Order: sequence, then C-alpha cells, then structure tokens
Amino acid sequence: MEKHFTDSRVKGVSTGTTILAAVFDGGVVIGSDSRASIGGDYVSSKAINKLIQVHDRIFSCIAGSLADAQAVTKAAKFQLSFHSIQMENPPLVIAAASVLKELCYNNKDELQAGFITAGWDKKKGPQVYVVSLGGMLIRQPVMIAGSGSTYIYGYVDAKYKVNMTREECLQFATNALALAMGRDNVSGGVVNLVVITEAGVEHIVIPGDKLPRFSDE
Amino acid sequence: MAAASMMPIFSQNVSSKSDLVPDWTRQEVSTGTTIMAVEYDGGVVVGADSRTTTGAYIANRVTDKLTRIHDRIYCCRSGSAADTQAIAEVVSYQLGFHSIELDEPPLVETAAHLFRASCYRYREELMAGILVAGWDRRKGGQVYCVPIGGMLVRQPVSVGGSGSSYIYGFMDSNYKPGLSKDQCLDLTAKALALAMERDGSSGGVVRLATISEEGVERRVLLGDQLPKFSTH
Repeated sequence: MEKHFTDSRVKGVSTGTTILAAVFDGGVVIGSDSRASIGGDYVSSKAINKLIQVHDRIFSCIAGSLADAQAVTKAAKFQLSFHSIQMENPPLVIAAASVLKELCYNNKDELQAGFITAGWDKKKGPQVYVVSLGGMLIRQPVMIAGSGSTYIYGYVDAKYKVNMTREECLQFATNALALAMGRDNVSGGVVNLVVITEAGVEHIVIPGDKLPRFSDE
Repeated sequence: MAAASMMPIFSQNVSSKSDLVPDWTRQEVSTGTTIMAVEYDGGVVVGADSRTTTGAYIANRVTDKLTRIHDRIYCCRSGSAADTQAIAEVVSYQLGFHSIELDEPPLVETAAHLFRASCYRYREELMAGILVAGWDRRKGGQVYCVPIGGMLVRQPVSVGGSGSSYIYGFMDSNYKPGLSKDQCLDLTAKALALAMERDGSSGGVVRLATISEEGVERRVLLGDQLPKFSTH
C-alpha cells in the first residue's frame, strides 16, 4: 500500500491541496482548489493558481511543496517548448508528463512534489497522467491527488464513468472538489477548472458561494 | 466530526535478527477498519468490514465488529482489537446491571456515556474508536460517536476506522435526512465496499445489522454480493 503523504509535513509553503483530472468524451477537465498554507495552521494565500500551462493544450497541477513545484514546472516548460520547436509539432501529453517524471525521479531525494498532467494531443486525444512523489508515471482516465483527495476516493470511484459529456464531467469535478474542500482544512478557496479539447482551452472559476452544497449534519 | 481513523501500525522495529521471524508476530492486533452507522426513522443501520490485521498479516478475515451491548444496542469497534473488546465487555456488564436496577431497557445515550467514561478516563492507554448505535423508546434510533480520545457526540450518520477517510466525500454527497431503512442499508453497503477497495486494512465481507423496535436483523454480504463500481 502506497504510504500516504500528508502535505502538513512539508516545510515551508505547501499546497496542502486537492487536485483532480478526468477524461470525458472529447476532452479532459483538470481542476484544483486555491489554498496555500504553511504547516496547516496559516493560509498564506487564499487564491493561488495551481493549474500551470506547460504548453498550448497541456496543463499540470501541483501538489506538495509550492517552491519545489514551481521550480520543476519552470524547468519542464522550458524543456517542453524546446522539444516542441525541435519536433516542429505540438508536444504529446506523454512527453510533458515524462519531462516532469524525469525531473522528479532524478531529484527524488530533494523534491517533495507530485503532478497531475492532463491535455489533448492529436495522437491519443485526451489523456491524464500522474507523476507521484518518487517519480512513478502512470496513465489513468481519472486521477485525484493532494491531501484532500483521501476524502473523495469513495466518491470518485462511485461517480466517475468513462465517456461522460462535458457538462457531466464538469459537474463531477466541481462536486468532488467541493466535497474535499469541505473535509480537508488545508484545501479551500475557489475552485479552478480548465477544460481542454481539440478546439482549445477554457478556464472556469467557481467562487466559494457558488459551490454545490451537500446536506450538512 | 472527528475521524476515529486508525493508522495501520507498521513496523517500528530496528533489530535485524527479526529476519527469521515475520514482522507481524510482533505487531499489535488492530481492527484497522471501516465502520458506519446511520439513523433512520424508526431505527438504525450499522455496518462494518471484517478484516483484523497484525501488521501486514490478516489475523481474521471474517471478524464480527458489530458487538451486542444490549438487546437493542450495538457498538461498532475500530482501533486495537484487545482494547475495544475489553471496553465492550465492561460496558455490557455495566449496562446490563443498570437495566436490571431500572427494570427497563436501557437508553442508547446511557450506553454511549458509559463508553465515553471508559474511553476518556483511560485515554492515554487505549486506542479505541467506537460507534454506539441502537433504538430505545424515548428517542428512537440514535447513533453516537466515541472516537479516540473519548469525545462523545450524537450524529445522524457517522463513519469510523482507517477506511473512513476515503468515504467522507461519498457520504456527504449521498446522505440526506429522511432516508428509509432500505436506502440506509444500500448507502452503508456501498460506502463500506468503496472504503474496502481503497483501504488496505479493510476488507473481507460486509456485515450489516438493522436495529429497531421489532428487534435486530443481521445480514452478511459476501464477496460476490458486494456492490460493484465501474472500474477505471
């Protein structure tokens, strides 16, 4: 059983967080909360952006130490744009994920960051890859990560279906993030969503008061 | 809501001569587990998985974690198997005695307070997270949560054990006040199945019980009868 890593043990600013990515029919939705905290006691930022655009149709979201994640994504963005110029083609999503994986695996002793990479490319369509803490890379139709993700494993297992429509997938992602934010004290703020399809990229922000409410006890 | 989450105790041993003897012989027996209790109008539904572990070894794969405390009062046990069994025995005795004195069936609230008294007094020595659920004439179906540390709170629905973390989201989105008995049974079975899929310390079969004025009905969901979810 993979050891569960709680972000509150990360020193410095951590994105104790909830991130999620899910494939639907024709595209992929990637989403996150927006809270950055220090040690689980202080919210250092209420509305940070955890969805980093590494290329035109490829986004990455970060969990773990914010400093590490920013450094890694900066390096990855550079490598990817260089690669894209060399190939004279937009990079494949797996290329982006592999770049992140190499950085995470080769520096595994120093880094404390995990990534979910999601995007669309011409070869395989919409895809979601996860690079976990030690540098493992796997592909899955839906992926959740971050400290808040523990609380929504059951919900995601029960609710996610392959080949949902765009609206169903957006509702699923919003609900899942809202539920996680309701239970995890280091996740919160607004819900940031990005929808990536062949046609392009769409950003959606859902502020706290517009989040779905579930019957509270 | 405080989670009575029990982290599976992995090896803290340093000595290397342990190579010949498996780790789990030196681990405490734990009911790293998933337990759940839901109130409905007229009674309660309680449920649990059936796995007891000592480290990585499953000591009992058909455990019964739904323990009878009185005719219409049950408790769901999570945490150290020894601690919870001992506490349950003590409380059963105390409650039985109290009931004879009163010449009346005991209240669920009384049982919950007895659990809390023991759990709080010995909170330094114990590792026990307990859900007390039952039916009585005064308040109908009730669920009380007594997590590690000895807090006591009544809740319409409560989950506990190491597997409970994974189903908070599912429970928040699927529970509504006013569910019927069958809906509660369905919700509990699904939630436990989901937790058992994700938590290494939970598994086996799903044990369910409904407690109402009529009495106690028990059932078991075996492996092939467990709710299934689309795999991904």
